[in-house]
Amino acid sequence: MTENRQLCTFLLDGLLFGVEVMNVQEVIRFQQMTNIPLASSMVRGLINLRGQIVTAIDMRARLRLPPLAAEQQPMNVVLRTGDGVVSLLVDDIGDVLELDGRVFERAPETLGAVFREVVLGVYKLEHRLLLLLDVERIVALGDQVEARGKAGEAA
Amino acid sequence: MSTEDDELMREFLLESRENLHQLDRDFVALEQDPRDRARLAGIFRCVHTIKGTAGFFGLTKLEGLTHIGESQLSRLRDGELILDANITSTLLAMVDGVRRILSSIEASGNEGNEDFSSVIAALSRIGEPSTAAPLPPALPAAASSVVEAAPASAPAPAPVSAPAAVAVAAPLPAPVPEAQPAPTRSAAEPSDAGAKGVPGAADTTIRVDVSLLDRVMNLVGELVLARNQILQYGITAKDPAFTNASQRLNLLTTELQAGVMKTRMQPIGNVWNRFPRIVRDLANVCGKKVTLDLDGTETELDRSIIEAIKDPLTHAVRNAVDHGIENPERRAAAGKPAMGRVLLRAYHEGGQVNIEVSDDGGGLALDKIRARAVERGLITAEKASRMNEREVAHLIFAPGFSTADQVTNVSGRGVGMDVVKTNIEKIGGTVDISSRLGQGTVLKIKIPLTLAIIPALIVTSGGERFAIPQVNLLELVRLEGAQARRGIESLHGTTVYRLRGNLLPLVFLNGALELTKQDGSNDVCNIVVLQADDRQFGLVVDGISDTEEIVVKPLGKELKGISAFAGATIMGDGKVALILDVLGIAQRANVVSPSRDRALIDKSQKAENEQDAREALLLFRVGSSTRMAIPLSMVARLEEIPPEKVERAAGREVVQYRGAILPLLGLSRELLREPRQETGDPLLVIVYSVQGRSIGFVVEQILDIVEEVITVRSQAAREGVLGSAVVQGRVTDLLDVHGVIRRFDSAFFDRKDAA
Repeated sequence: MTENRQLCTFLLDGLLFGVEVMNVQEVIRFQQMTNIPLASSMVRGLINLRGQIVTAIDMRARLRLPPLAAEQQPMNVVLRTGDGVVSLLVDDIGDVLELDGRVFERAPETLGAVFREVVLGVYKLEHRLLLLLDVERIVALGDQVEARGKAGEAA
Repeated sequence: MSTEDDELMREFLLESRENLHQLDRDFVALEQDPRDRARLAGIFRCVHTIKGTAGFFGLTKLEGLTHIGESQLSRLRDGELILDANITSTLLAMVDGVRRILSSIEASGNEGNEDFSSVIAALSRIGEPSTAAPLPPALPAAASSVVEAAPASAPAPAPVSAPAAVAVAAPLPAPVPEAQPAPTRSAAEPSDAGAKGVPGAADTTIRVDVSLLDRVMNLVGELVLARNQILQYGITAKDPAFTNASQRLNLLTTELQAGVMKTRMQPIGNVWNRFPRIVRDLANVCGKKVTLDLDGTETELDRSIIEAIKDPLTHAVRNAVDHGIENPERRAAAGKPAMGRVLLRAYHEGGQVNIEVSDDGGGLALDKIRARAVERGLITAEKASRMNEREVAHLIFAPGFSTADQVTNVSGRGVGMDVVKTNIEKIGGTVDISSRLGQGTVLKIKIPLTLAIIPALIVTSGGERFAIPQVNLLELVRLEGAQARRGIESLHGTTVYRLRGNLLPLVFLNGALELTKQDGSNDVCNIVVLQADDRQFGLVVDGISDTEEIVVKPLGKELKGISAFAGATIMGDGKVALILDVLGIAQRANVVSPSRDRALIDKSQKAENEQDAREALLLFRVGSSTRMAIPLSMVARLEEIPPEKVERAAGREVVQYRGAILPLLGLSRELLREPRQETGDPLLVIVYSVQGRSIGFVVEQILDIVEEVITVRSQAAREGVLGSAVVQGRVTDLLDVHGVIRRFDSAFFDRKDAA
């Protein structure tokens, strides 16, 4: 993790996050969504992205952060993953930053379980910290989905 | 190798693969009719081409193998040898050898290490009197190698293969070639044998990469959606030029969509063309005589479906030969011709494709299947005794049934039939089997034309829109006011509705999907009657919108775990709607899987009813649009009566008819409270007679006479109507003749004296 990286950054509940810019297909403003009944609360809905159906993941819910104020509309960070395109709903978009590997550090052990699962590490910027996210792990939605899916099937 | 050579090599591989398919077919056909010189010449040319090209590329192994084959073929061509089963097998072994070398070249770029000396030896022994030309050991494997090679088969140009497959079928009913004059050059002979030499076909077709077609299809899908949005905008726009342009865009898009869909269509013959060879090899291995007839090879299907049915169909055909057709001795004992027959038939019907695999073999040994199923613990003995033939036959689709290793000894088919069923159902198709002991078995497969675009019913629930695939849809029931409250009953925790006397379990979509109902009114209840697996259930939704052709899009991996949805689609307004997986919802709500027993019993009763209820119906129109039917057996006569002949007696309309007074009963007034239109045209009257008394039903139009399976249920849904049924694809009410007459004249049936 010492090489330099370009990260697309965004904000969630005042925290600064980043994903590798290579994973990002595009950033678009809030889109109308179709709810998906029975889906995990982390999945907000389906977006029509120029004919392609894209699942939108509520990043606040994913990271167990308090929900966004109702009057605020989230932004979509559309990512290419191994299993197709998904969109992350974030509070706001930051800059694309070129980061020096020397300021990178693994996530501290004391980080909460939810964060530790998806945070690859921390960039120590001059004035604040930037958390680097693992896209594939975010999209896997942890184990909660499976648990819920099974509960749903049993019901 | 230079890129140019690479290109040439690729072309060679592609072309050879098609030629090999053709060779398989030609050899099998030639075996039936060894004097077909045109076909023989075609085979020779084909092998010669492969040999020549192999020499050009320095493929020595391939060249050696085809060289010896070619020499023997030339002896055949010159009449020195006459083709028999052994020679055919040896030559086919050569074809397999060529196929394996080509696959090896394709995979690794070289000819591979396989040793073909035994094949070459067998080839050179052809015609030697001492040898009964032992079959090359590769033969049992040959059949399977065809199967393996198949998924790689490129989209063969349709026009070539279709007539070819027909050509295979044509000479088959001639098991006595000696008796027939040799058709040296028949005019009816399709040109396929010589097609390789004719450049015409190649000039008008081009090869297109399938992934490119798929991409074009996706783009067209997006174009359709963009078009839909522009049309919506166009409704509000006042600019006539814009309206014109958008109309034009609309038309062009529709045509483009149809055109692109067409490019993806392939004749089913593309899958079938490997079956003659499979059947031949398998029949040889099993020591049976089997001809394969193909009917409807030109029937077209979407590429994706062709892919999906390839394996199940192969399985079904192999089963028909392996387990369906008896060996020649047994057939002779049963008084049947030694040559068994397997027929593949495909045809379009009602937006679906039907495929039948039938054989004239021994049929399913139902008793043995029953016993085996009990033995396997699939059903209880008590239940087995209650099952009717159809259900027993369907047991062979049960998953546990086929894995039993001795099932092949049972004369029923069984190997992997559950896989056939699952694969067909995966693409929205259905499988049915029927069989007559000693006469044969028919496997019927129904599949949609395309997977990409399907007709669906759009419903709303909890403020969301959902699409229900039309294939699952049986009927719609709308209950209003008191009817809604009265009709729906609760039964030990589950809710049911009495649909024409049968209890229909209800699933509330809001409940199943944990949605909240949007408008609070309880006055209307919309029930969508659906078929899931063997079972019917009613899905209660908030509202029913419309039917629409939808483009099916897959859901992301994040949502795969939710069994209630089959996919998603984009609606005309650009919003996404989820497609319901009817089976998944039924399982979630416990309407199907655990209660399979009940489903089977219900089905058996239904099946029995169906057999009883197949009868001729007279269809007619009442009022402006109501379709009704009565059994033809209840119709004494149809009459046209001029309106001026109608008189009134005792407050009723009557006519003098055959020396008696015929009371007239206007069905539109009686049932729909619509007054009859006084047009001056003759009245159409259906005369019903019982015990010498008659009554005439006045209807608006006589539509048709059909023979249909109708389940007449006792519970009246409405006065004067026994129930509804789908006849000719449209909802039709069955007239309650006695009920209507009683209401009209309560003493009609009680009077003993003739009127």
